Amino acid sequence: MTTIDKTAAVPAPRDGETHEGPLLDVRDLHVEFRTREGVAKAVNGVSYSVNAGETLAVLGESGSGKSVTAQAIMGILDTPPGFVTKGEILFRGQDMLKMSEDEHRKVRGNKIAMIFQDALSSLNPVLSVGYQLGEMFRVHQGLSKKEAKAKAIDLMDRVKIPAAAARVNDYPHQFSGGMRQRIMIAMALSLEPDLIIADEPTTALDVTVQAQVMDLLAELQAEYNMGLILITHDLGVVADVADKIAVMYAGRIVEQAPVHELYKRPAHPYTKGLLDSIPRLDQKGQELYAIKGLPPNLLKIPSGCAFNPRCPRAEDICRTDVPPLAPVTEQDGADLPGRGSACHFWKETIHG
Amino acid sequence: MGRFVIRRILQMVPVFIGTTLIVYVLVTQMGGDPIQNLYGEKPVPDNIRATLTAQYHLDEPWYLQYWYYFKGLLQGDFGESIQQGRPIAELLAEAWPETLKVAGVAFTFELVVGVIAGVLAGMRRGSFIDNLVLVSTLTVIAVPIFVLGNVSQTFLGQEWGLFPVSSTDDGFISYVLPGLVLGSVSLAYIARLARASVAENLRADYVRTAKAKGLPKNRVIGIHVLRNSLIPVVTYLGADLGTLMGGAIVTEGIFNIPGVGYQLFQSLNVEDGPAVVGFVSLLVLVYLITALIVDLLYAVLDPRIRYE
Repeated sequence: MTTIDKTAAVPAPRDGETHEGPLLDVRDLHVEFRTREGVAKAVNGVSYSVNAGETLAVLGESGSGKSVTAQAIMGILDTPPGFVTKGEILFRGQDMLKMSEDEHRKVRGNKIAMIFQDALSSLNPVLSVGYQLGEMFRVHQGLSKKEAKAKAIDLMDRVKIPAAAARVNDYPHQFSGGMRQRIMIAMALSLEPDLIIADEPTTALDVTVQAQVMDLLAELQAEYNMGLILITHDLGVVADVADKIAVMYAGRIVEQAPVHELYKRPAHPYTKGLLDSIPRLDQKGQELYAIKGLPPNLLKIPSGCAFNPRCPRAEDICRTDVPPLAPVTEQDGADLPGRGSACHFWKETIHG
Repeated sequence: MGRFVIRRILQMVPVFIGTTLIVYVLVTQMGGDPIQNLYGEKPVPDNIRATLTAQYHLDEPWYLQYWYYFKGLLQGDFGESIQQGRPIAELLAEAWPETLKVAGVAFTFELVVGVIAGVLAGMRRGSFIDNLVLVSTLTVIAVPIFVLGNVSQTFLGQEWGLFPVSSTDDGFISYVLPGLVLGSVSLAYIARLARASVAENLRADYVRTAKAKGLPKNRVIGIHVLRNSLIPVVTYLGADLGTLMGGAIVTEGIFNIPGVGYQLFQSLNVEDGPAVVGFVSLLVLVYLITALIVDLLYAVLDPRIRYE
């Protein structure tokens, strides 16, 4: 019961809003991994924010720092080797990096929950799904085993798992991939958190099930008015559900924009490359575009703009100066709200 | 599950017959003379030799001998020891409690200390405790058990007087030092197994999930990590239980404990065929049953394993 007293410091959602501003505000976050080979700078000054009911898609290649940012927000970074060296993570105005471990733990799962990519390995193979779902209520709300099981069945019903009551004692391996991901979603939703971070929730699923799972997620998000951070590298998924997009490259946000504007008019050569490499029906038979080169080694990030060795637009300034995330405007200087690009040549990219 | 158990029990029958047959043939056909062994260097009187030969069927072919033996076994009769002239069942009844006490001490010791040391080391890899566990277990594994037994007997028993030196006259305390020596090698393996297993599971995705759920650390370790890490340990412990019961020949010899290993060694020395086979048969049974229990336990610990 102490759980409730403690978390009272963080205002409850949807009732008596005392906090102004975004639900989650990440400011200038830096994360590095200190390994034997050297210091890998995984996140280099990421800032983004999410409001209640809003979906932010974080897009990027493997190793671009999108998952590490999420882990830093959750406070589940493996330390060592991972360290947050700079920045703030404000949740309802409170900096989570300054919280004690115990305070932070009570926010996890309760106020901010996370959905992982591979539900089979992310669920404990030797504990029944009912137990793993019920654990949330037992730990955070102090319910008894029996009450927790009843709640677990409710949850499984809510994410549309057929015959929930009969399957509550089954183990993760006895479910199909789609059903397992529903269980992950149910687990994240169990305490009706304010924010859900979904780390590539559909990557391990086949396409038809992907759509079902994304629909379910969107539906539940609307129902509870939750903020959602959707981490993905699937541009198709993003277009359907996201409100805004942040594109990450080498631990930095290189472009951010409302979702449809980004697809229409990318303002960064990397985003443009990503969009061009989507296979299109009207270009059948032609060679598919690919961004040349490989993602940078985080131990030796190129000087200047990290994307410069792969960029078709790169010039001398790109090799020396790191471009800041600058606001993007129309040609006549009119404001484009929510847009930004970290490219010296964003004007040429978006308007040229 | 039921069918699996029945199948396993049926499988035990040919295994049991086969092993007892092999042991019987090996022991009785080694070419020694068990009757001569009764008299040491002195000549055996002819009439006694004739009586004993007839009594133990020593002049008949080995398959008939085995048949007589097996027939008795089916009726619960282990036969008679040639050397001591007593029913082997009686010898077994004396030896087993001794061995069980030593094995019990050893098993408890290796389970408790081994798992705790392994889990602590696995959780703090590269720390002082991890290195301590690694070095000490390596030492124990590298040193032969008779060295370990004699050294601990000399120092802990004779020199410092912490434990009785040998024999079982002092009640339970007499079994402690032999038990610790007997369990030490397995303890080392268990600690290393648990360490590797915990270290691996700590990196597992479901542990990350458990942390993300906001579970307290002791719950993450105590339930999510430990449950998975104990599976290989239980497998090892099960196999080890059989070894503890039968393989204590050296330890029981050093500490002069009249258990199964000790008796077995004595019987082997004097080529007392029926006694050796009696002891070994029971050991075979113990092995078979512990193996079955481990398999069943395995399914309890890991729901992915189902026996049909």
